[in-house]
Amino acid sequence: MGHDAQETDAAAAVDFKEVQSTEQFKELRKRHRSFVFPMSIAFLLWYFAYVLLADYAVEFMSTKVWGNINIGLLLGLLQFVSTFAITGWYVSYSNRKLDPIASEIRHGIEGHEFDKHGNPVGGAAK
Amino acid sequence: MTLMVPAVNVAALKDTTLLNMGIFALFVAVTMVIVFRASRNNKTAADYYAAGRSFTGSQNGTAIAGDYLSAASFLGITGAIAINGYDGFMYSIGFLVAWLVALLLVAELLRNTGKFTMADVLSFRLKQRPVRIAAAISTLAVCFFYLLAQMAGAGSLISLLLGISDWGGQALVIIVVGVLMIMYVLIGGMKGTTWVQIIKAMLLIAGAAVMTFWVLAIYGFNLSDLLGGAAETAKNPAVLNPGLQYGKSDTSKLDFMSLGLALVLGTAALPHVLMRFYTVPTAKDARKSVVWSIWLIGIFYLFTLVLGYGAAALVGADTIKSAPGGVNSAAPLLAFHLGGPLLLGFISAVAFATILAVVAGLTITAAASFAHDIYANVLAKGKADADTEVKVARRTVVVIGLLAIAGGIFANGQNVAFLVALAFAVAASANLPTILYSLFWRRFTTQGALWSMYGGLSAAIILIALSPVVSGAKTSMIPGANFAVFPLSNPGIVSIPLAFFLGWLGTVLDKRKEDVTKQAEMEVRSLTGVGAEKATNH
Repeated sequence: MGHDAQETDAAAAVDFKEVQSTEQFKELRKRHRSFVFPMSIAFLLWYFAYVLLADYAVEFMSTKVWGNINIGLLLGLLQFVSTFAITGWYVSYSNRKLDPIASEIRHGIEGHEFDKHGNPVGGAAK
Repeated sequence: MTLMVPAVNVAALKDTTLLNMGIFALFVAVTMVIVFRASRNNKTAADYYAAGRSFTGSQNGTAIAGDYLSAASFLGITGAIAINGYDGFMYSIGFLVAWLVALLLVAELLRNTGKFTMADVLSFRLKQRPVRIAAAISTLAVCFFYLLAQMAGAGSLISLLLGISDWGGQALVIIVVGVLMIMYVLIGGMKGTTWVQIIKAMLLIAGAAVMTFWVLAIYGFNLSDLLGGAAETAKNPAVLNPGLQYGKSDTSKLDFMSLGLALVLGTAALPHVLMRFYTVPTAKDARKSVVWSIWLIGIFYLFTLVLGYGAAALVGADTIKSAPGGVNSAAPLLAFHLGGPLLLGFISAVAFATILAVVAGLTITAAASFAHDIYANVLAKGKADADTEVKVARRTVVVIGLLAIAGGIFANGQNVAFLVALAFAVAASANLPTILYSLFWRRFTTQGALWSMYGGLSAAIILIALSPVVSGAKTSMIPGANFAVFPLSNPGIVSIPLAFFLGWLGTVLDKRKEDVTKQAEMEVRSLTGVGAEKATNH
């Protein structure tokens, strides 16, 4: 299948369909999707609202707020702020809600296998 | 006003050529040594393409920022803001917000499922050969468009530095850049280029920070005064408002939307960015690198806002447009205005290194895609040994280098950010639907993938060919001809939705069902990281 190197690894003999149907995996998938999907829709809507405003509401965007700084510039800078904020939010969410359950499943699958170098496989440091 | 804005004497630039070239040569020499040292451990295919998966999250994040902050970001955006004011700022915002798509939807899942290239992921649970070929073709196409932009940037920069405005001289410069780049990639592989990216990213961000601080200091750290200065030099308060470039007509407004769409959806589909997620040991490191790069890139784009308006205020749009190198010369001219030949030399060397490093990154991606996807998995049917594969990759580097040189000579003179936006549109159309569908849509089939990839790719390229970019306008690549039947200069608004639609249509019309076991494997692997290849120790 072209995944030659991967098929010799610890996960080669795993029944992935069975893992996929476990409650634990379903929970992981639910947690992942229930965060990334709404968040993606939200930031894309906010971004396109901004693009549409800059495109079709020029007068509104040109309204001066303070000195030469107008609403357009402020909204643009807010895009930076929201991008940084979502990044931080996602990292903290994954650390708390996704990583523990993902490494639990991974340990369950890989058991006590060791890789070529004799190191425990999947020993994600906490 | 003339007192406030002393003219930048473009002719005086020639007097400092030796100094510029000296600083640049020093940079090349230092990075060559690093590349050479880094390459001594290149033994396996994983070493050559994925740097042995040995980079840490923050190292890789800096390298991603180095890959991403290309000539388009530095020369192109600064120039676009200096000339078109607020509309140029759009590039910064689009290029940054786009990282959220990569962070939330793509980076970690991709790291967990693939090995070397984008095609590894796309073909994971679909039919290997056709999907791999399609993914490799679109990778090569995107890399080619991106390379054009970088080469155009190199041409602009050197023609400014050396005062070369004739076609032959600029062509020679592009050839020299191309040859240097081939050497970097041949010797260093992914590890060497990654180190070059890291060094260059730090120098670029530091250089931009110094210039930003300097510009702000001139205006008493008052952003409002800086904007006022820009409006005054331009004799047009509209530079501070949206619409100067894109507000002219309904068509141009639509073009702005199209650009916005391409920018935000392109990043997560750029093959050379995707390949960087494989150079780290785990998905968690992939996440860390994206976070790190979002911070670096975001801060850099805040600098470009100041630099762009600074160039508009202190150098002036007319001087920039008439300088050799045109709109792409705003940042170097600003450096010359601020710190004379020394700062210009440093900034130009950094900008030049930027181009060299990005071109190297693109070339290695394209070479990996050809050698790994088309040669090893399709032509040799998976039976090629790793040594031959790396040999094929090296030969591909030479071929791609030559193509890039030829294309760069052709695209010389266009705004770099604009050209890169075309690469983003091609990437978002050809790759993004298939990446998202195969990660998140269980029913997605091979037919859907092929329709979406070939449909999106050809729609994007045909629309670009029939747009004012290529013909029918003063600024076109072929100004004499006119076959521009498509009015928008960015195809994204048509080709991206079309590619998503074709992916859906191809799937629902497909009578064949895909292997559910492979789907389960991909889903479990992508979310848990089970069995993902670990770092190799040396």
